[in-house]
Amino acid sequence: MSAVTDARVTTPADARKAGNWLLTATAIVLSVWVLLPIYLLIVNALSSPGEVTAFPKRFLPSFDLGSLSFFINFAGVARALWNSVLVATLTMILAIGFGAPAGYALSRFDFPGKGTFRFLVLMTRAFPLPLLALPLAVMFIRTGLDDTAIGLALVHTTLALPFAVLITFSLFSGIPVELEEAAWTLGCTRWQAFRKVILPLALPGIAASAVFAFTISWNEVFAAAVLTIENRTLTAFLLQSLGESPLYLKFAGGAALVVPALIFIFAVRKYLFAMWGIANR
Amino acid sequence: MAEIAIKGVAKRFGDFTALHQVDLTIADQEFMVLLGASGCGKTTLLRIVAGLETPSQGEVWIGGRRVDHLPPRDRGIAMVFQNYAVFPHLTVFENIAFGLRMKKLPRQEIERRVNRTAELMHIEQLLKRYSGQLSGGQRQRVAVARALAMEPDVILMDEPLSNLDALLRLEMRAELKGVLAGSKTTTIYVTHDQVEAMSLADRIAVMHQGRIVQAASPVEVYRNPAARFVGSFIGNPPMNFLPATKAANGNWDVAGLALSGPKSDRQKVEFAIRPEDVDAGGEGLPATVRIIEPLGPHTLVTCDVEGALFRAVLESGAAIAVGDRLRLAPRSDRIRWFDPETTQAL
Repeated sequence: MSAVTDARVTTPADARKAGNWLLTATAIVLSVWVLLPIYLLIVNALSSPGEVTAFPKRFLPSFDLGSLSFFINFAGVARALWNSVLVATLTMILAIGFGAPAGYALSRFDFPGKGTFRFLVLMTRAFPLPLLALPLAVMFIRTGLDDTAIGLALVHTTLALPFAVLITFSLFSGIPVELEEAAWTLGCTRWQAFRKVILPLALPGIAASAVFAFTISWNEVFAAAVLTIENRTLTAFLLQSLGESPLYLKFAGGAALVVPALIFIFAVRKYLFAMWGIANR
Repeated sequence: MAEIAIKGVAKRFGDFTALHQVDLTIADQEFMVLLGASGCGKTTLLRIVAGLETPSQGEVWIGGRRVDHLPPRDRGIAMVFQNYAVFPHLTVFENIAFGLRMKKLPRQEIERRVNRTAELMHIEQLLKRYSGQLSGGQRQRVAVARALAMEPDVILMDEPLSNLDALLRLEMRAELKGVLAGSKTTTIYVTHDQVEAMSLADRIAVMHQGRIVQAASPVEVYRNPAARFVGSFIGNPPMNFLPATKAANGNWDVAGLALSGPKSDRQKVEFAIRPEDVDAGGEGLPATVRIIEPLGPHTLVTCDVEGALFRAVLESGAAIAVGDRLRLAPRSDRIRWFDPETTQAL
């Protein structure tokens, strides 16, 4: 019977092979899509100004730090960098300060409107920032919060808060409630049980969530550009001043922005997966 | 001295009533087992005693002190959880010392107690390890040691053996019994495993649908079930039940057999007998053999008595074949009667 078998019939093994091939190809395309711009950015940032505009391109950078050092010494960059760090740190503190208790409450207590609350937390991301920026700017000018680090940090906190709540919620949900109850029966108050048992277990995740909030603020450009004039953050400063700058400086500025964010996200990737419910431990 | 008194405790979760007006007194140093199927309210009752759940009404007293308004840490209790709840970020030593440090005991005292309880639970060599490096059985030992180190008046255990494999469970059961007997604490132990309950308990409180159906010694619960549920829940195989109708001379007619029974106004009651309390031969219930299961020490015979299922545990040597018609004589002192309406014993 085997002699009459059609050679073109696809066996399950063939199908699996094709599926694997498709998966690999998709992964490669997506990786190139993300990695190629970053690669070009870094190569050009580490090349001398002449090489940036030269043709053909070099695939390995010459490690000429001229562009970068010029960029760092460029008037206003240091100040903008300081502003960025300040705003991002404030955002981080506010987002965790409000987000972690909210995440804990969501994971441990049943209260009326819990589902609605979780939905509303996500809904804050549904309003595009440009829509809110103008009324916010007006309000900030009236209250004197305009052009201040704390004012911008408040706006960035609203952006970072939903993530902080969701990450810490999944974090606290992953810690069995019995550990807390055991601590209570062993002589702890609610607060002591949290500090001695829950916090040490959740701390790496909370740190990750904090770093993520920091990164969100670090990368944010729209609100920063609208709400600050003198005290620009790095993103807003670059948007304003690099438009007219030569190409090699744009690359240097871009790299200075992207690389720290990339390192942060890479460091906390496993907790970001956890936020979306992907098992990782 | 830690007598526990549960007075009229009820618990409702929304429309669902988990406990209806439960009353139970547990004597000082008594080993009380709460036994019942899942969802009967036994764990809820334990958690109310622990202070992890607030009763909707009623009072809890421990050692002559009303505690139902106190947080767990002020009740003089220690608890062992079903999933052990060993703190993963602390070593075994620090786990056992956790409660002692909260009490701010001096360092030598903490070390003395940790070493003593660790020795008692045979985990001395594990003191430097973390919970992730322990097997389930070892974690269980740590959880028990942590509770014992507190030297509490009352130890509460919520199905502590149910996550262990069968052989380990048997071993731990015997060990727990010895350790707890030596610790002079009052124990409440929740389980759904009747063998565990029988082997550990001074008294068993059988729970069903949020009520305590019977609280008595293991033998009493087995021999004299207070309600039909207890007879059918405890014992493997469970009790046999047959309908009985009123006959002449105050006797009851059970499958054609006249038996003397309780005085009752009812025309019908229920006759009950344990499978091991019947003898083959003589004058007895007419039974047709359906299934024969030789179990070694004895043979389990499943029969049909006038259309009702009836199990008998007979001597393993008995020459019986499927389809045989037997006469199964119930031992008169072991016969129990139940009211079919109230399901209570008569």
